[in-house]
Amino acid sequence: MIEVEGLVKRYGDFTAIEDISFRVEKGEIVAFLGPNGAGKTTTMRVLTGFLPATEGTVKVCGFDVFDKPLEVKKRIGYLPEHPPVYHDMTVLEYLRFVAKIKGVPRAGRAAALERVLQRCGLRDVTHTLIGKLSKGYKQRVGLAQAMVHDPQVLILDEPTIGLDPKQIIEIRELVRSLAGEHTIILSTHILQEVTMICQRVLIIHQGRIVADDTIENLTGGDSLESVFLKHTREEVQ
Amino acid sequence: MKGLQDIFHIAGRELRSYFVSPIAYVVLTGFTVLTGWFFFNLLMQFNRIMNMYQMFRRQDVLMQMNLNEMVMTPLLYNMTIVLLLLVPLITMRLFAEEKKLKTDELLLTSPVSVTSVVLGKYLAGLVFFLIMLALTAVYPLVMFQYGSPPPEMGSILAGYLGLFFLGASFIAVGLFTSSLTENQIVAAVICFVTLLLFFVVGWPAESMGTTAGKLLEYLSLIEHFTDFSKGLIDSRHVVYFLSFILFSLFITKRSVESMRWR
Repeated sequence: MIEVEGLVKRYGDFTAIEDISFRVEKGEIVAFLGPNGAGKTTTMRVLTGFLPATEGTVKVCGFDVFDKPLEVKKRIGYLPEHPPVYHDMTVLEYLRFVAKIKGVPRAGRAAALERVLQRCGLRDVTHTLIGKLSKGYKQRVGLAQAMVHDPQVLILDEPTIGLDPKQIIEIRELVRSLAGEHTIILSTHILQEVTMICQRVLIIHQGRIVADDTIENLTGGDSLESVFLKHTREEVQ
Repeated sequence: MKGLQDIFHIAGRELRSYFVSPIAYVVLTGFTVLTGWFFFNLLMQFNRIMNMYQMFRRQDVLMQMNLNEMVMTPLLYNMTIVLLLLVPLITMRLFAEEKKLKTDELLLTSPVSVTSVVLGKYLAGLVFFLIMLALTAVYPLVMFQYGSPPPEMGSILAGYLGLFFLGASFIAVGLFTSSLTENQIVAAVICFVTLLLFFVVGWPAESMGTTAGKLLEYLSLIEHFTDFSKGLIDSRHVVYFLSFILFSLFITKRSVESMRWR
């Protein structure tokens, strides 16, 4: 579903990603782990076509991100670090706009909006201005935005950041319920979250993948914390 | 087809955004107040001069006086100055705000081409400008109602066409400067400076050599507006404005694309 081959991303002299390769199969939920500045967000931005890669190829659903960006973008739902919401629109207006530009056909639009409002728990705030919503609700609107065109691939950059414990549990439930039909990549700093939601973990450190395996294989009885610390301790040469 | 729809969706959201914020109302009110005052002043002047020549019984001069030349043309010029000040305020948010709110990440990861985004935002600015122009239609209407003889319709329309091209060029510049930064004030200031520069770039033309002077004169936006304001539609000027707009939109597209490189 997602194939990344020898991906390199440089900003001027600074190398954010140094030769990353991995594959994600259909229906998998994969977590990106890594310290701040490891290159998680950059990798996600390249996958979504927001940033161009310096070297390497990225294929999503068989389409090359560089050659066929629009085909890839149709199939990806992306929740960036900051939910990309317009504060002067109501939740419904905003989601309707997103549905339009994501190419949801007019006939299916009402149903698509209904579905995401329901799943993301936005029923009560349908007609509220997004600027007036709490951080947790904005995050949910961001998630609804990523799901509105029912994409095959979901890329979520720290989906539970800034939420209260109850909301975190709800979002986790939501993500888990999307498993199977959707392929999901998410990044997070909360390690327990990974064990709860994901089957597979990619640990990124200083722009490289230092571990890529299922949780059971990685931990082997150890805690994920110690595995994470072991892999991100030393400087990568 | 999808591209065209995208343009309308983006323009629609943008226009909506103008009218739910105070920007639209402040700009429209300001524009109408200022142009209304200019119109009033020009009419009073016209009246005074008419009365004066009537007292002197100068039929020959009176015959040559008309509302087109003495009210409409100067009014159009006054409007260009007001637009010079207001257009940067209309266009400054178009891209800068998206970057500030990080919503550019939504637009650029949606299956929408950068061209559609640029054209959608340009269309929104253009429609807003047309609303401004429509409000000023009341001035010619007053002259048609009370002027004797009434002004010439054709040359007023030509003048408005010129003003439309000029404003459309202003907006294209504003769109570009807004794509350069995430700070709206910076976008507005660069836009204003650029527009003013294109206004006055022809000034040293006379004191410079023929070739360089001609070139500067050709670059000047206002130079190409002059004929329109007198009621002449010359295809050379239309070509100038259209190329100016297309070039601005093209570099805007490039600038938006490069946002992701930076």
